[in-house]
This record gives sequence, C-alpha cells and structure tokens, in this order.
Amino acid sequence: MATILTVDDSTSMRQMVSFTLKQAGYEVDEATDGVEGLEKAQSSRFNLVITDVNMPRMDGITLVGELRSLPGYQFTPILLLTTEAGADKKKQGKEAGATGWLVKPFNPDQLLNTIKKVIG
Amino acid sequence: MTIDLSQFHSTFFEESLEGLDAMESNLLNLDINDNDPDIINSIFRAAHSIKGGSGTFGFIAITEFTHVQETLLDQIRSSEREVTQDIINILLESVDCVRDMLLSEKDNRECDFDQASSVRVQMENVLNGHAVPEVELNDSEDIPEVSVEGWRINFAPHLHMIKTGNDPVRILRELSSLGLMEVQVNTEKLPALPQYDPESCYLSWNIELFGDIQEGYVREIFDWVEDDCDLTISPLSQVDEKLEDVVAAKGDGEVKQILDTTEVPVKEQVVNGKKQRAVDPDQEVVPDKKHANSVAECSSIRVSTEKVDELINLVGELVITQSMIGELGKDFSASKIENMMDGLSQLERHTRELQESVMRIRMLPISFSFNRFPRLVHDLGSKLGKKVELKMSGENTELDKTVLEKISDPLVHLVRNSLDHGLETPEIRTASGKPEKGVLLLNAFHKGGSIIIEISDDGAGLNKEKIRNKAIQSGLIGDEDNLSDEKIYDLIFQPGFSTADEVSDVSGRGVGMDVVRKNIRELGGAVEIASTPGEGSIITIKLPLTLAILDGQLVRVGSETYIIPLISIIESLQAQEKNIKTIVDNAEVYRQRDEYIHIVRLHETFNIKPDSQSINDGLIVMVEGEGKKIGLLVDELLGQQQVVIKSLETNYKRIDGVSGATILGNGTVAIILDVPGLVAMSRSEIINDNNNKVA
Repeated sequence: MATILTVDDSTSMRQMVSFTLKQAGYEVDEATDGVEGLEKAQSSRFNLVITDVNMPRMDGITLVGELRSLPGYQFTPILLLTTEAGADKKKQGKEAGATGWLVKPFNPDQLLNTIKKVIG
Repeated sequence: MTIDLSQFHSTFFEESLEGLDAMESNLLNLDINDNDPDIINSIFRAAHSIKGGSGTFGFIAITEFTHVQETLLDQIRSSEREVTQDIINILLESVDCVRDMLLSEKDNRECDFDQASSVRVQMENVLNGHAVPEVELNDSEDIPEVSVEGWRINFAPHLHMIKTGNDPVRILRELSSLGLMEVQVNTEKLPALPQYDPESCYLSWNIELFGDIQEGYVREIFDWVEDDCDLTISPLSQVDEKLEDVVAAKGDGEVKQILDTTEVPVKEQVVNGKKQRAVDPDQEVVPDKKHANSVAECSSIRVSTEKVDELINLVGELVITQSMIGELGKDFSASKIENMMDGLSQLERHTRELQESVMRIRMLPISFSFNRFPRLVHDLGSKLGKKVELKMSGENTELDKTVLEKISDPLVHLVRNSLDHGLETPEIRTASGKPEKGVLLLNAFHKGGSIIIEISDDGAGLNKEKIRNKAIQSGLIGDEDNLSDEKIYDLIFQPGFSTADEVSDVSGRGVGMDVVRKNIRELGGAVEIASTPGEGSIITIKLPLTLAILDGQLVRVGSETYIIPLISIIESLQAQEKNIKTIVDNAEVYRQRDEYIHIVRLHETFNIKPDSQSINDGLIVMVEGEGKKIGLLVDELLGQQQVVIKSLETNYKRIDGVSGATILGNGTVAIILDVPGLVAMSRSEIINDNNNKVA
C-alpha cells in the first residue's frame, strides 16, 4: 500500500488527514513543518506528499522546491493544501513543481477522491 | 467512508486557542514603526490555521470571521497596508471575538455575535477599497448548466509534465469516470530510440467523451496540468455515430475503452454515463452538537514528559525497595535488623522523592498568569490615556496550579489599581520631571518556602493625607488617631474604602482591595504595601508554594496536638511572669525587646484543659500573620514534620482559627492552626471586650 507523508503545522488538520488516510488503508507519516518534512522525506520513501502552505521554519512552497531537487522525488506526486484565497499560491506551487492542490476546507471524502487522482 | 470529524474538535479548539494567545502577544509586540516580518507572518499563520481548521471542522461562523481577519493580515504581510495602532486595536478585538466564538462552540453555548459582527464591520471598513472576497465554501457550485452531447478533447502533455508528478494515465482514468469515452493515442512525436528520454512525455491523446457532462467537471480534471499541456476542449456538435455503434455492440452501456494498449493499462470498465462528483452535498460536515454535549468537562494540566519519566523511575525504585523489604520479612531474624533499617530508610527517601515529584506536577510557571497582563496594560493604558511600559521578571517561577488560579484575579485587580491610581498621566509625569512613560514591574521569586510576587510602579505613590481624611470621613479611624505610615497604607484594604475622586469603570468602587486581601489570606498568604510619595509603590504578595502540604510545628495543649505552620513562627520562648502585663479587659501582653505582644491562650480559644494555667509553666510561640505578631501559649513543643492538609470545610465545617486538619503517623487527627485567623480573632476579642465594658 502507498505511503503518504502529511506536513502541516496544525495538529487538528494533520490528525484529520492522517486519520482519514489510515482508515483508507494508507501508511501515513506526519511532519509539523517544511524542515521536518524534508528530513523525513530524505530518510524514507513516500509515494505521495501532502503539505500545507503556511508553516513556520519552512513553508510548503519551499518544501516542494526542495523535494523536487531530490533525486527520489522527481516524479512523486506532491499536493498543496491551500485556501480559496491562494490563487497566487497555486501558481507559485506549480512553479515550484507541485502536482496539484486541495482547497481548504475539505472533508475526508474530498481528500480521498483527490489523492486517488495521483496514486493507485 | 464516513469519518466522525468531531473527534478532532478538542484538538482544534486547543490549538486554535493557543494560536489566539500567540496572535495576541505578537500583536502587542508589534512595533508600528518597525514591523518585523516574522511577527506579522506568525500572526497571519495563526489566523490562517484557524480559518482552515474551522472550515474543515464545520464552524462556518468562525471561518467567515477569520476570513476577513486573514484578508486584512495578508495585506499587511504583503506590505499593501501600513500597520497603525488602530488596526492593531481592531485586530486585538477580533482576537477576542474569535476566542469567544471558539469557547462558545467548545462549551456549546450562545456567543456574542453582535460584538463579532461589529468588529467584523470595523475590519471591513479598514479593508474598504479592497473588496473582501466572499468565502466560497462550496467551490464550483455555480457552473452554468449547458446541455451538450459530449466533448472532444485534445490533450497534448508537454515533455516535462510527468516531472510535476502528474501522470497522463491517471488523468485519463479520471476522465473515464465521467462517462463513455473513446481515446486515440498519437505517437507521431515519439522519437527514435537513441533520442528517447524515458523521463519525457511524447504521447498525446484525442478523446471523445460522451454524455451530458458539465464543462467544469471536465476542466477540473485538467486543473492541475493546464499550464503543462496543450489542451482544447470543445463540445461535440451532435451525437457521434461511433457512440451508437459502440453502445449497440456492447449493449447495456458497457463499453470497452479503446485505448492504446502499449501505453495505457486501462481495464474494461462499467460506466454509467452520469457525472460523478467528488463532492457529495449530503456529506457536508454538520457539527454534532449532541456529541459536544457529552464531552465531560474536566480541568487538565500539561505535564512535561520529563516529569512523568521521573515519576515512573521513582515508582520503579519504590517497587524494588518494597520487594526487598518483603523478602526480609519472609524469615526474619534479629541479625537482619540492620538490613531492615537500611530498607526502611531507603523507603523513606523514595517516598519523599516521590512526594516531591508529584507536587512538582502541580507546579506551573507564573507566566500562565502574567501572560494576560501585556494585553490588559495595553488596553487599560490607552483607555486611561497613560503611557505604560510593562516589565516582567521571574515568569518561570513555579507555583501550585490552584494557587496560581486563585491569585490571578487579585493580581489583575492590583495591576489595574497601579495603573489607575498609581501611575500619572504623561503631562503630570513630564511636569514632575519623570519620563513620560511609566513603568509597571511584575516580579516573582522564591524566598524560603514562599513565593513572593511584587507589583511595583514608579507613579505618584500613596497619598497618606488623602487616605487618612477618607478614613476619618468614613469612620474607620478617629480624628485624633495617630497612625504609622504602615497602618495608614493598611487602611486601603478595609472594606468599602476608595480614594478615587470619581467612580470609573476601572476602579473606584472600593470593592476590591479588601477582597484581594481576603483571597490572598485564604491561600495562606499575606499582602503588604510600601510607598514613597512621588516615587511609586510596591505591593508585595507572599504565598505558600503549595496548598496541599505544609511544614508544621507540632505543639501540645493539654491532651490535644495542634500544628502551627512553620513559616509563620518567629521564635518560641519560655515566658516569665514578670514580663506579662494585663492591660484593659484582661487582655494579656508580653513585653519583649520593647515590644508588646498580645498573648493568646490556646486552651482558652479551644476550651480545653491545659497542664497548668500558669504562664511560667508553658511556652510561648511567637507567630506572625498579616504583619502582626501574637504569642500562642502552649504546654509543650513536639516535633516538626510535613503534614498533608485535609480540608475541614469539605469534611465538617469552617471554624475560625483553624485552617484544616491532618492525620498524624499514629493515626490521630491534629488541627492545623490558621495564624492570620487567630491574629484577627485576638483583635476582635479586644474590641468585643471593650464594647462589653461600655455596655
């Protein structure tokens, strides 16, 4: 089964994403910001990375750029969690190499439907 | 899949409230003239997280409110808008509103929406000119319905597309979930093998998708790749003959998709030709109020894992000691007494350490209480037109959680008083040669077994004359009474005393200082005031470290054992009859070093039979409470030990002069004396006796 890394500084969002994915049978690892996310991505292999945009230490856009520069993550789907106000964030994210985005607020079904677009 | 989102609510509330606290303190730290992008970013992030979470977990009112907040912060963050004090004030108010909304959701009660909407209007006014986009909670809801037969899609990914993590195969698979489709792959760009780069995408597809499908749904599938491919989507003008052929061939709408088998491993699929939307409107998250109700209220405490590990370690040690002693007991002989004593002393040590560790769990840094003051001082300062700099030190001083909770309100009161009565307005300060900005200092530190909290200001100090006159006016003291400075300052703790010229909503009602002192006394503490005219005042609060355990001196009166808190004992002495003077009304005083100290015979207070009525045979324990000394007459001093305080009030009823009880090692109950209470009793006794005599 696919292994997914979820990066978010908000505990409740991270718990929700993680719980939903585990219920659907995915393996999930969590990171609280871009720096930790990058460390985890370097030390193990993930089939999908879902990251928040606004985070302390390293934001989601920077994380996408860093991940894409790693040999193991050139083709890995990376999804950004954005809010509806973040049209420019979507563009910045795409430029950094993000695969797509998921607009907040979303419910567990939307999350699962969206990730089915990129894994499996 | 149905997932009960309410299980994440408590985490959401907790982190959002923390976020609000951070937002508040960052807003207060924000310097208008030199705004630090890090501070602004973290304020923004807090608002942003609350907005995202509240939307996801179904608190729509909070989402809408924080959206406006976030928009304003975003403009500040991107330097489109200058930070002004007004904006900071509005944002601070908005923090209060969000906090109120969160707490009302948490406790499942009504919240003050009027306040929220008024603050929201204020924020929108600030924003005007920059329209606030409405929150789109249901995106792509407004796609116009246009009836079509189907779509012709030309999809030509750019060479680099798979490097964005998007796979054309998955996109085609998504597309096939919308309806019947016929796909042709175009391989003409495929280079010869030597030039072939396996990481590039050379193929393109011509797709015919049949059915009355909204364009938005089709476009949504290509949403992530629209900049990474050449895409044309055009409506099929008429029902394609091929479709009819295909349907006729397979029947029942079962269609084999014609795909390039070398590249796209798509299996036979049953499609019903109807649109499938990712969003099911019935699955909208509705906050589960019933569930919220069932969550039991309990106060919790955050303990660092370090402290817990220490406890586990100690319990482990205790278990080892216990089994060691148990082993000894199995076949005990006189030769093993030494081992036994070792074991017991180890047991004692571990028990004491365990007790200390457990007590430490209840200890919290006083910053929990101090943290509210920057905001309070800021708000109050601007309300009163005073410039104040708040300095805090010793925020990490730890004290018992219960003490901390109970001291918060008195502290707030004292700080308000300092601001209102103590510090002067900038004009007066400048006129008297002081810096325009007043300084308010909160300081906490350990001293002996107590915590000292000081609230000092560099204001005008207490006005002795004014206090004196007021006290004479309200009949607290007589015209002729000549009082020491200390006594005059002490008057402000009397019920109903206020020197404020006008009653404001900040202070001046005269309810307060007496309550402050009462609350502090209830905690077993004391409060004192010192003041220098023109230079300021210092209020000192002395509190016990914990309410659960105290170091006590055991004393015997007749057949009873009493405990006097060690902290209040100054000295114990053998009294000499010649130093005892009986003043009016049989009140006895003891002359010691030119000081007359009132004597309380404990056996009289508690109505028991002492060894001897003569003062020569007993001992006098000098104790201090509320800054006053009294001497307690006892028969004998016993040992000193730590005692666990059991509340008498909960188990029996309140008794004057008694703060609680404890159970001694031999199983008997001993009464713990309330020294400040005894001091107060001894004074009222004199007054009562006086009255009796007059009558």
